[in-house]
Amino acid sequence: MAFINFLKPKNQLEEGGRTGVPVQQDPGEPEKICPNCRRPIPLSKLWANHLVCGCGYHFRMNARQRLAFVADQGSFRELYPRLRSEDPLGFPGYTAKLDTVRSASGETEAVICGTATLDGEACCLFVMEPYFMMGSMGSAVGEKITRLFEYAAGHRLPVIGFTVSGGARMQEGLLSLMQMAKTSAAVKRHSDAGLLYMAVLTDPTTGGVTASFAMEADITLAEPGATVGFAGARVVEQTTKKALPKGFQSAQFLLEHGFVDRIVPRQEQKTLLAELLRLHNGG
Amino acid sequence: MNQTPYAIVRQARGNARPTGLDYISNLFQGFVEFHGDRRFGDDPAIVGGVARLNGTPVTVIAIEKGHNAKERSARNFGAPNPEGYRKALRLMKQAEKFGRPVICFIDTSGANCGIGAEERGQGQAIAENLLEMTTLCVPVISLLVGEGGSGGALALAVADRVWMLENAVYSVISPEGCASILWKDAAKAETAAASLKLTAQDALALGVTDQILSEAELGKRSFYQRLQGMLWQELKALSEDPELLAKRYSRLRRMGAEALRE
Repeated sequence: MAFINFLKPKNQLEEGGRTGVPVQQDPGEPEKICPNCRRPIPLSKLWANHLVCGCGYHFRMNARQRLAFVADQGSFRELYPRLRSEDPLGFPGYTAKLDTVRSASGETEAVICGTATLDGEACCLFVMEPYFMMGSMGSAVGEKITRLFEYAAGHRLPVIGFTVSGGARMQEGLLSLMQMAKTSAAVKRHSDAGLLYMAVLTDPTTGGVTASFAMEADITLAEPGATVGFAGARVVEQTTKKALPKGFQSAQFLLEHGFVDRIVPRQEQKTLLAELLRLHNGG
Repeated sequence: MNQTPYAIVRQARGNARPTGLDYISNLFQGFVEFHGDRRFGDDPAIVGGVARLNGTPVTVIAIEKGHNAKERSARNFGAPNPEGYRKALRLMKQAEKFGRPVICFIDTSGANCGIGAEERGQGQAIAENLLEMTTLCVPVISLLVGEGGSGGALALAVADRVWMLENAVYSVISPEGCASILWKDAAKAETAAASLKLTAQDALALGVTDQILSEAELGKRSFYQRLQGMLWQELKALSEDPELLAKRYSRLRRMGAEALRE
């Protein structure tokens, strides 16, 4: 594209530098420091590499960015975009919190659902949103995922889900807890219809989401470095008063203990998911 | 009556209340306990086996907290490990095979929080119970008799009927945990307990429980007789219901409907 090759014409100050006026340093391209290797990475390079640093560190990404990486261009059709939770219990501060999060994230809820193709293979897709109350599951998140599995069962489509969640949403109390059972019921019906469900666990996947649909897939993949567990690591440490083993609840830890099928770097996920869809669709 | 929700929480945690084993020995005859999950081990926090209710075979599963310090320690304070949930599922599948109804008694502050529990897949164990219980082809009744702590309680409460004792509680998180996460102050547990809507009355209003059981004469012969009669009537009705699984699905399906806007 033309604008990438566009070079700003030099002006006199830059050419000469002898006018006595301090030369404004070109700030260059914006960069991000990798929290793992501590090296700066130009944003354009980071984007081109699906928000993965050269050292392998996977930056957190929002749900729309992930959709853009995973779904074929222009193929995503969103379902239930306006479905949302209000404050069913009158929980202190919840309405204000929802207002703040909705305007900051531009999303109405912590999961985006729809249909898409991956390398031409049709599927239902849900992607959880880490920038919406850390993907916590309230009634609307549970309802959207339940409806998606029902839709997928009705249309005989596989489901691919990207999970990221702090767990059940406290502010909706018991109703949040019940979403674990509700989503599980829909997953089971979809599964009993002989249809494929693949989950990709991303950082972090914990609590009630781990203890429901995140761990109910036929094929469970995890993103490198993702923290996946039921109880939070800090809570485990405080409760047991023991030092946690190295890499506790990391994707590698789950792989070693037999709870995920593969760890798949973000850049390779789409190709693998598409191939797995084909393998379950007569090859 | 008119206790604060947090006072009810404290009462639900009290060690004078009947525990899982008390219910088993007073409601059923000839209980035979079965041990182990056939995967890793046997979890003393969950007791299960077969027994008779008015002469009819049933599978009973109970979280056991213990009454005194020694018992509580031996039962891990009623906090099950993955092998406990897997044992429960094994016994439920066995019940399904032999056409026996399942009755669960729930009393836990939550699934065990520990290194080993995470290593052995606490989340996966709970998830699998939820998944399988939604289509278990025999009637399931779950009774919350004390504390209903989050996913660790729900893992035995995907049922056709969920009953709660009047001073039992059922919550997505402990009031202390909620207060410390939201307000960085565990002392605000009183406020959290009121906000979480965790009492039996709240759970009934939210459609999470179907019936509240009076605690009149709690632990006495008459209490158990009344409960035994209720279980018998309910199981009889459920056993004759050809729509059992469809109704179980719709029961779950409407959870949270009042919170939704579109």
